[in-house]
Amino acid sequence: MNFRWEWEVFLRDTGGGESYLDWMISAWGWTLAVSALAWLLALVLGSAVGTLRTVPSAWVARLASAWVELFRNIPLLVQIFLWYHVIPALVPPLKEVPGFALVVFALGLFTSARVAEQVRAGIQSLSRGQQAAGLALGLSLPQAYRFVLLPMALRIVIPPLTSESMNIIKNSSVAFAVSVSELTLFALQAQEETARGIEVYLAVTGLYVASAFTVNRAMTWIEARVRVPGQAAPERR
Amino acid sequence: MIEIRNVSKWFGAFQVLKDCSARVDKGEVVVVCGPSGSGKSTLIKCVNALEPIQEGEITVAGIPVTDPKTDLPKLRAKVGMVFQHFELFPHLSIMQNLTLAQVRVLRRTREEANEKALKLLDRVGLRDQAQKFPGQLSGGQQQRVAIARALAMDPLAMLFDEPTSALDPEMINEVLDVMVELAHEGMTMMCVTHEMGFARKVAHRVVFMDGGEIVEDASKEDFFGKPRSERAQLFLSKILQH
Repeated sequence: MNFRWEWEVFLRDTGGGESYLDWMISAWGWTLAVSALAWLLALVLGSAVGTLRTVPSAWVARLASAWVELFRNIPLLVQIFLWYHVIPALVPPLKEVPGFALVVFALGLFTSARVAEQVRAGIQSLSRGQQAAGLALGLSLPQAYRFVLLPMALRIVIPPLTSESMNIIKNSSVAFAVSVSELTLFALQAQEETARGIEVYLAVTGLYVASAFTVNRAMTWIEARVRVPGQAAPERR
Repeated sequence: MIEIRNVSKWFGAFQVLKDCSARVDKGEVVVVCGPSGSGKSTLIKCVNALEPIQEGEITVAGIPVTDPKTDLPKLRAKVGMVFQHFELFPHLSIMQNLTLAQVRVLRRTREEANEKALKLLDRVGLRDQAQKFPGQLSGGQQQRVAIARALAMDPLAMLFDEPTSALDPEMINEVLDVMVELAHEGMTMMCVTHEMGFARKVAHRVVFMDGGEIVEDASKEDFFGKPRSERAQLFLSKILQH
């Protein structure tokens, strides 16, 4: 095999005064920014919706279920297009919103449905007596959730949330479809311009792996930090 | 102090409580016993409205529990409850378990709450465990902490829902000792339990339930001397023969 590596391709000028390396780093930044903001949105909305799915009020729980079903039954790529093409047509002010923000919304809401399911399962895995004990002490239902149920439930769901947080980085690659200048879009364009697809894709793959792995380590660190003394250590993944 | 009048409750089509009436006066210790599935745990959970009822009326210290206008958290804060499975909050230290509701519900300062908590831990013999977490204590110790947690709210009455039936035999006495002491101090207590030795020692009255009904409500002497109902006789002969 007489294939020759040509990693110098990253030092070539893109024609705009910056190298392909510079472009790739900035694309990586966009990937991380989309992922981080979408994750924040997913965590906040998902925890809220997951909690509401467990409350006694039937119509609140049903509304929360509807949310979950809506966002997890439509393919992510279709949701991105809906946010980009359909929703701004129906709500004209959204035409001013940059594609980056629409992708954050799409990815954040999509993932919030998945986070909500984890949080709901976490709450329901606690014994019914925990809520009763909180209420019996005179806590209101919201207080029982805040001080008794959620602190334990969120600890329980850290392992599945770790998978979700890694998924969101990988899923952010669909943002290329609406021209957000992230890693996957960079890879597509750079390999076309330079004809060095192998080096470009390998480098991009390396960055995705490194990002997801770092997130995994961070979540494991958090998991260890908040572990409750006297409780069995969770299984290592 | 606690008045239960003509209470009926259904789970779906199944009637768990049938026209139950009972009362616990101030300073009185009432033991509720009966075979499993007789509705005794359900009845005691209705007293602080952890379980809703469909018919009848319950009042605690003159406040109607079943009235939708009643401020339930405020009422529950005045009624201590101890559960079969302890239900300590696993992510909070023993101290935090004892102070959470004092601070959040009674609006006591941290200092007041800590002081109260330490005093009660002293009393149940667990002061040196204050900084540990529930998972690091034995079952008997956890249940004593649970009693202390309920007492920290300065309750008017205490409800015990089978407080010793999840415990290993060697830990039952340490919990019963705390309960006996409480009874001697004049605490109003309603206890669902099979511990007939405890009933003999401190109960004023014994309520016997079977099939969702209160079959017998008698003074301790009458109940252990000559229970009037056949069902109570059968029950006693079964649990007292060993």
